Amino acid sequence: MSLVARHLEANGIPTVILGSALDIVEHCRVARFAFVDFPLGNPCGKPYDVPMQRDIVASALGMFETATAPNTQHLPQRWGDNGWRDAYMAIREEDVAALRRKGEARRADRQALRDAGRVRGE
Amino acid sequence: MNEPVAYMERTRRYYAAQSFEPYRWAQFEDVPFAPLGKPLRDCTLALVTTAAQYDREESDPRYVDSGPVAPPPPRLYANDLSWDKKATHLDDRGTYLPIERLQELVADGRLGALAPRFHCVPTEYSQRRTRDADAPEVLRRCSEDGADIALLVPL
Repeated sequence: MSLVARHLEANGIPTVILGSALDIVEHCRVARFAFVDFPLGNPCGKPYDVPMQRDIVASALGMFETATAPNTQHLPQRWGDNGWRDAYMAIREEDVAALRRKGEARRADRQALRDAGRVRGE
Repeated sequence: MNEPVAYMERTRRYYAAQSFEPYRWAQFEDVPFAPLGKPLRDCTLALVTTAAQYDREESDPRYVDSGPVAPPPPRLYANDLSWDKKATHLDDRGTYLPIERLQELVADGRLGALAPRFHCVPTEYSQRRTRDADAPEVLRRCSEDGADIALLVPL
């Protein structure tokens, strides 16, 4: 998504990225990034919390007016429970063998798709 | 105060455990920056998402897709993407495609208009495809719809 934002900016369309993966977006470098420190999937606010969603979207839009140079704004909203922070993509000892098998299966699936020509054209 | 999650490191470890080569995220020295050319209340905004309009298989070839904001879609799909499926869900579209919240800001006079279509950008492993095919296609569709600015919401 950061690459799309950069392309739009380079062609005169100001952008704001509203997202939750701070390190990935900042690594790429984009013009305006409204960072929401939530589990990946709900950057516009918690489910069914319309007032929170309104505040987050309004803050993101505000960046069009306030940012005069490339900028990340950390929005103040909090998810509440913090258990997701350590749990995401955690690898427990008992997961190691299953992950190795998963990788092997994925490589085999991709090869089968390539062999069948079912991949996006260049 | 919690530190933001180090997603690049987590992702590297997770895929290393599956014996995949480390992914190299895009990185640039420069940052293109287009200043806002007119007041926000006069701007038309395009909404862009990484979710899809259909329940995509991980193996499906992916292309830029667009859908109308009116009537809005009941929901979008992203089972094929990496997001925190344990901590949350996508049952409330407002959490990732905030059409109604943007329409409220239009009604309040804060934003000029919402462009007639939202755009779905595929999350591609190949940065070249995103750069050379998908990003120009999103630009083309934004221009076609008269969008002056864009809000991009990656899951």
